[in-house]
Amino acid sequence: MSNHPAPNFKNPVIRWVDSRLPVFSYVHAEYGVFPMPKNLNYFWNFGALAMVVLMVMILTGIMLAMQYTPNVDLAFNSVERIMRDVNSGWLLRYIHMNGASMFFIVVYIHIFRGMYYGSYKNPRELLWILGVVILVLMMATAFMGYVLPWGQMSFWGATVITNLFSAFPLIGESIVQWLWGGFSVDNPTLNRFFALHYLLPFIIIAVVALHVVALHVVKSNNPDGIEVRGPQDTVPFHPYFTAKDSLGLAVFLFIFAFFVFFAPNYMGHPDNYIEANPLVTPPHIVPEWYFLPYYAILRSFVDGWWIYEIFFGWWSEAKLAGVLAMFGSLIIVAVLPWLDTSKVRSCRYRPIYKWAVILFLINFIILGWVGGKPAEEPYVTIAQGATMYYFFHFLILTPLIGWIERPKPLPASISEPVLKAGSGAQFAGASAAKMEKS
Amino acid sequence: MAEATQPNSDHEEDSGRRDFLNYLAIGVGAVGAASFAWPIINSMNPSKDVLALASIEVDLSQIDVGSAIKVVWRGKPVFIRHRTEKEIEEAKAVDISTLIDPETDADRVQNADWLIIVGVCTHLGCIPMGTADGEPRGEYDGWFCPCHGSHYDSSGRIRKGPSPTNLLVPTYTFLTDSTVRIG
Repeated sequence: MSNHPAPNFKNPVIRWVDSRLPVFSYVHAEYGVFPMPKNLNYFWNFGALAMVVLMVMILTGIMLAMQYTPNVDLAFNSVERIMRDVNSGWLLRYIHMNGASMFFIVVYIHIFRGMYYGSYKNPRELLWILGVVILVLMMATAFMGYVLPWGQMSFWGATVITNLFSAFPLIGESIVQWLWGGFSVDNPTLNRFFALHYLLPFIIIAVVALHVVALHVVKSNNPDGIEVRGPQDTVPFHPYFTAKDSLGLAVFLFIFAFFVFFAPNYMGHPDNYIEANPLVTPPHIVPEWYFLPYYAILRSFVDGWWIYEIFFGWWSEAKLAGVLAMFGSLIIVAVLPWLDTSKVRSCRYRPIYKWAVILFLINFIILGWVGGKPAEEPYVTIAQGATMYYFFHFLILTPLIGWIERPKPLPASISEPVLKAGSGAQFAGASAAKMEKS
Repeated sequence: MAEATQPNSDHEEDSGRRDFLNYLAIGVGAVGAASFAWPIINSMNPSKDVLALASIEVDLSQIDVGSAIKVVWRGKPVFIRHRTEKEIEEAKAVDISTLIDPETDADRVQNADWLIIVGVCTHLGCIPMGTADGEPRGEYDGWFCPCHGSHYDSSGRIRKGPSPTNLLVPTYTFLTDSTVRIG
């Protein structure tokens, strides 16, 4: 995929292997000399960070699976045994628990980076769609993982989320019974969720591999959103981005470690330390924080809301409308490349859309905040307004701004804005020695 | 690999510093990776609840002279034989220079009446026969492993067959004359 010739390896064993299975040439081409736009900022760290978190999750998850028992009578106690008796079990579990939150933080930033700098546009549409597929798989995995400790939130979260499917007319009830393997969330449900929670991460790896292969074909976007014109616009992946990713990783691991060691349950819910009880629902059930925006969308659809009455009321119950809107809120992200009518990628050169994306982010945070509040006023009205804006952004604002906006003039090359900024000598291929002397 | 892509490695005064930074970064990363790896590896070691069950107490008063019992200790059988005078004599009379794994009977028992050994054949881990009444006890009045034909004597020593060592003697203490703690 790179134009660089394969290196001439000195080590005869490496040469022997490489001529039969070119793994060393591949790593050299894709991670050694791979051309990266030289203007990437730290927002481009988050893909690598997500990869690291995925590996950490799989590693700690495998170790936890060796200690965990997926049975309704034993699951809760086996998790407590991990916390108390297994060597470093508390550490593995807290890493895994907080790792899920870290994974979503990293991936959400990664996605908003893509939205702000137009990384989803031609030719990166498929790369973007694969990313949305990864997000959906992550959500399914995280949801099923949260059920495994078999606490109150596990049980009632599983009950509520599986019941979403009961909204579908005619087949809904059968689908839910099929998901449960019974007439309520019970032992068969726990067993299959454990099996799937173990399986899905490996499917995520496969889709990540496709995501990375697609990335290495179309190459990285950059903060200016303009094409790389030639070698003068790029630097090799190693050492420039191995170093930059490592620095970002070090900072990220500090934050991760802070939560693991000092606030391990900050992002969790205390009710999940009460064993599941099918006869008592906790008074205030909320999903994990990373699902709250979607949960707010789901809850917004109630009888009497004018948006619901106009678009759904004449053909669907409010329950189904909420479910469709929630799934739709994810699908709509996947079709963003075709909703955005502007030819300019980066918001740096899009004076109006830039603010639309920032407002979208603020709105997304409001959705998350209100999703964690009880379903009462004023939160219901706020959630409905934010839900409306979520879809308004994608379906109306994004195409419209693309048509009416007059973008700023794009620079002729990636180097140009850097050179104009005055400190060009450092970036235009000057040596490290010169940097020290200047 | 690092050298090949580093710019300006020809600047002598820089390369020392750069090497130092490289080694420092890789070193810190390695320490970090190792300190993450250890809890992961260590989590597979026996946990506290397993270690808490690692010793057992056995009441010996019900075992008649000439009979033996099996008790489970750390998931494995332990043979406890109340030996007869004949068995004790046989065990003591052996010229240990003729043994596959030379060991005197006195080294293997705390109280000559009681032989306490781990009932796992040292060849490939089967359970030798000879504890229950009527089971074959091999040619040396001890145990016989049916898997690959090892014969153990009345001190649990390997006498004939493929096993390399004698049956293991666990750590044990007599709490009273009739109670023993194994482990």
